[in-house]
Amino acid sequence: MISRSVSTLLLLAGATLILLPFLWMLSLSLKPQDEIFASTIALFPSRLEWGNYVKAFTETNIPLFLWNGFVVVAGILFFQLLFSIPCAFALAQRNFRLRTVVFGLVLAALLVPFHVTAIPIFLGLAAVNLLDSYAALILPFIPTAFGIFLFRQFFAQMPTELFDAARVDGLSETAVVWRIAFPLALPAATAFAIFSVTAHWNDLFWPLIATTSPEIATPPRGILYFRDQESGDDVGPLMAGAVIITAPLVLAFLFAQRKFLQGLAAGGLKG
Amino acid sequence: MNAIPTLELGDVTRRFGEQTVLDSISLAIPPGSFTSLLGASGCGKSTTLRIMAGLDRPTAGAVRLEGQEVSALTAHERNIAMVFQSYALYPHLTVAQNIALPLTMKSLSAFGRLPLLGTLIPGTAAARKEIQTKVSAAAEMLGLSHLLDRKPGTLSGGQKQRVALGRALVRDPVLFLLDEPLSNLDARLRVQMRAELVALHRRTGKPFVYVTHDQAEAMAMSDQVIVMIKGSIAQAGTPRELYERPTSLAVAEFVGTHAINLITPQQGAGEILSSAARAILGVRPEHVVPAPHGSFIAKLRSVEYLGSEIVLTLCTEQGVELKSIAPGTFEPPLQGDSVRLSFDPTCTHLFHPETGARIGAPECRS
Amino acid sequence: MSFLTRSQRETLTDVWLTGPATLALLIFIFLPIMIVTILSFSDYQFGARDLSWVGWENYITLFTSAIGQRAIVNTLIYVAIVIPFSVVFALLVAIGLHRMLDWAPALSRILRTVYFLPVAATLVAMAVAWQMLLHPNLGLVNKVLSTLGSAPQNWLSDRGLVLYTLAAIGIWQSVGYNMVLFLAGLSAIPEDIYEAAEVDGAGGAWARFWTVTWPMLGPTTLFVLVVTATNAFRVFETVATLTRGGPAFASETLVYALYREGFVYFKAGYASAITVIFFAILLTLTLAQMRLVERRVHYR
Repeated sequence: MISRSVSTLLLLAGATLILLPFLWMLSLSLKPQDEIFASTIALFPSRLEWGNYVKAFTETNIPLFLWNGFVVVAGILFFQLLFSIPCAFALAQRNFRLRTVVFGLVLAALLVPFHVTAIPIFLGLAAVNLLDSYAALILPFIPTAFGIFLFRQFFAQMPTELFDAARVDGLSETAVVWRIAFPLALPAATAFAIFSVTAHWNDLFWPLIATTSPEIATPPRGILYFRDQESGDDVGPLMAGAVIITAPLVLAFLFAQRKFLQGLAAGGLKG
Repeated sequence: MNAIPTLELGDVTRRFGEQTVLDSISLAIPPGSFTSLLGASGCGKSTTLRIMAGLDRPTAGAVRLEGQEVSALTAHERNIAMVFQSYALYPHLTVAQNIALPLTMKSLSAFGRLPLLGTLIPGTAAARKEIQTKVSAAAEMLGLSHLLDRKPGTLSGGQKQRVALGRALVRDPVLFLLDEPLSNLDARLRVQMRAELVALHRRTGKPFVYVTHDQAEAMAMSDQVIVMIKGSIAQAGTPRELYERPTSLAVAEFVGTHAINLITPQQGAGEILSSAARAILGVRPEHVVPAPHGSFIAKLRSVEYLGSEIVLTLCTEQGVELKSIAPGTFEPPLQGDSVRLSFDPTCTHLFHPETGARIGAPECRS
Repeated sequence: MSFLTRSQRETLTDVWLTGPATLALLIFIFLPIMIVTILSFSDYQFGARDLSWVGWENYITLFTSAIGQRAIVNTLIYVAIVIPFSVVFALLVAIGLHRMLDWAPALSRILRTVYFLPVAATLVAMAVAWQMLLHPNLGLVNKVLSTLGSAPQNWLSDRGLVLYTLAAIGIWQSVGYNMVLFLAGLSAIPEDIYEAAEVDGAGGAWARFWTVTWPMLGPTTLFVLVVTATNAFRVFETVATLTRGGPAFASETLVYALYREGFVYFKAGYASAITVIFFAILLTLTLAQMRLVERRVHYR
């Protein structure tokens, strides 16, 4: 009994520490200017200052950053699925001479962190004049060894007869992939989508390198623009901005916890 | 009638690496026929079926569909329907959508198949309506009308089987291929479905090719049985031809509800039948009957009473085990007693002891 | 009818299905690896017309210059702090939450959500929140410290402190992920093994842990260690947001050095050398893990 209460207390204390930045962020985002700079400790604002949010939404580029984030994340996911699903299907369900070679490439590519390829990709995009564009933010992430691997494992477990039936029923290989294999792979696709969306919504490294104009900044890049422009007196709106940027994924996580845990745990396989 | 066969295989060979799975197979499927490919597992009958469907490619040889060479066509370009052993229903589609899929692929353009957008393409609505009519007709025929909105995961084995048949029937193909479609059903349902399949075959008038390892199924349903052994065709013919005139020892062993009795020369085949002195003698149990004046004697080992008939297991003086089938009214003696047996010499088969090939013996006319 | 044979058409289908993805892998992953390796032996600068080969000079600079050494040493220190704390905390939390499932499942699930929250949250935005929390005058941390009578600290601008502050944030961010992996490992341990251990005399909580839990969690722990290590080696977001490697390179790390040398100072050749070293370390880690896992599976 004693050990139970002790461990519960410790777990609660740990959870409070984990929550602290979230709470402080929320608290500051709702505090009036004078309370932010007060020397007393107060977690709860004396009154809720929604003006911070109004300001973040109307006087800053945050709505634009959110839109950019959405375009980039959706673009990446769309092309990742478009490229990786047919490839994964062929690797799992078709026999061709270079199959082991292609699969070997996929496995090798799993070991390569994105940072390693940043300099040459930057050079290449500069050479074709694509830097500082949506294309620069989307293109480098289209080849996803992790996606191909995940879908291949999924397709490999499916009975070949199912796809043979579809072939006999008059479906071309492309139709087999998109009308039969893809709908069946939806659980894997959901896990992959969560992994991909989280990774690219939160990424700072590549947007910092590939873009210079605030007009196409993604949320993490954008909030740094915002922070660096303000000389430190707009803490309230800055925190409101941080809340707004964090909210989509945190809310999605709270509503679809199980799927998130699966998706992000699967992402751990990626080297 | 000398019509062009619906499907013809000419010297089809299939190798997987070093292994030869099909060795120069030639066969013809006449229009409107019911052909069984009969053989033990691994004999190449499923590979033959997959080559017919276009799911597999022959290493050498020709595949002709209605006289046209189709080796270059993939499965989706040949109008052939196939029913799979596992039924292979699409788990994400309803029964109606499963049955409709082949029609959708055939009668709607790539754009017409798109959700929402497709409805804007002219002619799509009419085509969809026609598909629906055909699907309900097929469902009605198979007794599936009340299941059209269900997903395959919620159906019983027999229902799944019917959906798989419906998917094949709905599209009016030139040929039906069935890969052991009944093997996942329980015995009762299997016998019932046999009759239904034969009825379906009559109704469509299209040739069926039926793969099975169950000789009773093949004999009961087909008008042509092709026995395959180790990647080759051992014999092709009507069930009666196979039964009455097996061309080899292996076919004789495969065909027939009760295994054929075989006696080698060393075991005294010549003493039983003089013409069998240098051959393996084969006599079906139903042609060996106890008779008071029978030509040879054997000891009774055991008796199986089956009602309409009695199966006797006997042992000859040379120690060869024999089976005999007596009418159900026969009163068997005690076990260990000697029984006199007789057989009709015209109902025997002689096979070459080394090659197993049939040696001219009188044809059985029972 | 087609003029191509069946096998040519099948080959075309295979190319149509796998070609785009394979080509993309080659162009965006394998070709860049070759280029970055080649560049690491040059003095190339972004925008320059030409380059000359400098042999191992970039690597020598990285390992001998004060700043290069700082980046390597800082990264190693950061990793050395984050790994043990993150893994041990995650394991303790996971065991606690796993046992709590028996008598307070709802609370256990809520706490699991809380601990996982930093993983789903946008790290840059959270770093900005941390910045406010650690603000020298306005931050909650210093306010609490001064109320308790201790001296306030310059968490992010004190040379001796900054790396530990970043490591603390790194631990805060990674505990939840590791906890989820441990929870999965714990729920895979069959209950009867505990009962068997109890019969064999390992009844106390401590004995249970050392005789059953810890050995059974072996593969999970190994996986967690490597994932934590590879993620810690990549630390970038917090550095870029909070310190930019400062003050005076006190929080310089490998990836941040890569970014700054390459994309702020445009020294592509030198940045390539940093990239190659960074890649070599991560590759060694992952391959070592694969070998270990293989051997474990083998001996089972």
